[in-house]
Amino acid sequence: MSISLEHYLILATVLFSIGLYGALTRRSAIVILMSIELMLNAVNIAMVAFSRYIVPLLLTGQVFTIFIIVVAAAEAAVGLAIIITVYRKRETIDATKVDLMKW
Amino acid sequence: MGITIAFWVMAVIAVLAALSVVLLRNVFRAALSLVLCFLAVAGLYITLSADFLAAVQVLIYVGAIAVLIILAIMLTRDVPHGSLGNRLQIPAFIVAVLFLGVAVYAVVNTSWSIAGVAPQAPTTSALAGRLFGEDGFVLPLEIAPVLLLAAILGAIVLVREK
Repeated sequence: MSISLEHYLILATVLFSIGLYGALTRRSAIVILMSIELMLNAVNIAMVAFSRYIVPLLLTGQVFTIFIIVVAAAEAAVGLAIIITVYRKRETIDATKVDLMKW
Repeated sequence: MGITIAFWVMAVIAVLAALSVVLLRNVFRAALSLVLCFLAVAGLYITLSADFLAAVQVLIYVGAIAVLIILAIMLTRDVPHGSLGNRLQIPAFIVAVLFLGVAVYAVVNTSWSIAGVAPQAPTTSALAGRLFGEDGFVLPLEIAPVLLLAAILGAIVLVREK
């Protein structure tokens, strides 16, 4: 059985769901950020699979993936800087305890 | 045949590593599992004949982002507390499974217009042509460095000692 587009899309969906579950349930802000990276990777797999199977000669999906990687790198840098700042102020990065703006 | 075996091996590694990122109590081990998952995704890019993206994945995700995450774990001394769950475990599980079901249903029941053309073998120069060439992505390419610069400045300002 050869590998088709559906295989890659279902794999990307599984990875995205795992990342979604992690981002919703974990308390450590760093693990939440790691789950978001997982979700971005799942989207990248779907993009590259579409590029490979539907427009093999245009490479549009791979170009989109490059921009997603740029945004993910910027997001990781700013997110981890925010986490370190919160830790300095409050000595914790438990997302359930950082609730200053919660009503 | 080789592609098929490589896909299944990489897919199983990626899913198991992703599950251990989410489920492991030890934050440091979760970060190492995340590195393994990134490497498996790089392997998947190779099975999709996206060689440039596989190299970029290893350089940026495995090289830079993983080091940044491990550095943040070290700086926040979060390892002893572990990665606990909050009160949303069951609703979040239901939401994730619902999303998985709906998305898989949509994927299986869509008739994709598969192009029968073989993919380009070395993608690096073709990608450069797409990014810099005529009708390409020059404007997003100019905006991306501005975003990176803003993110770097923001990170420096946020963590600077007063």
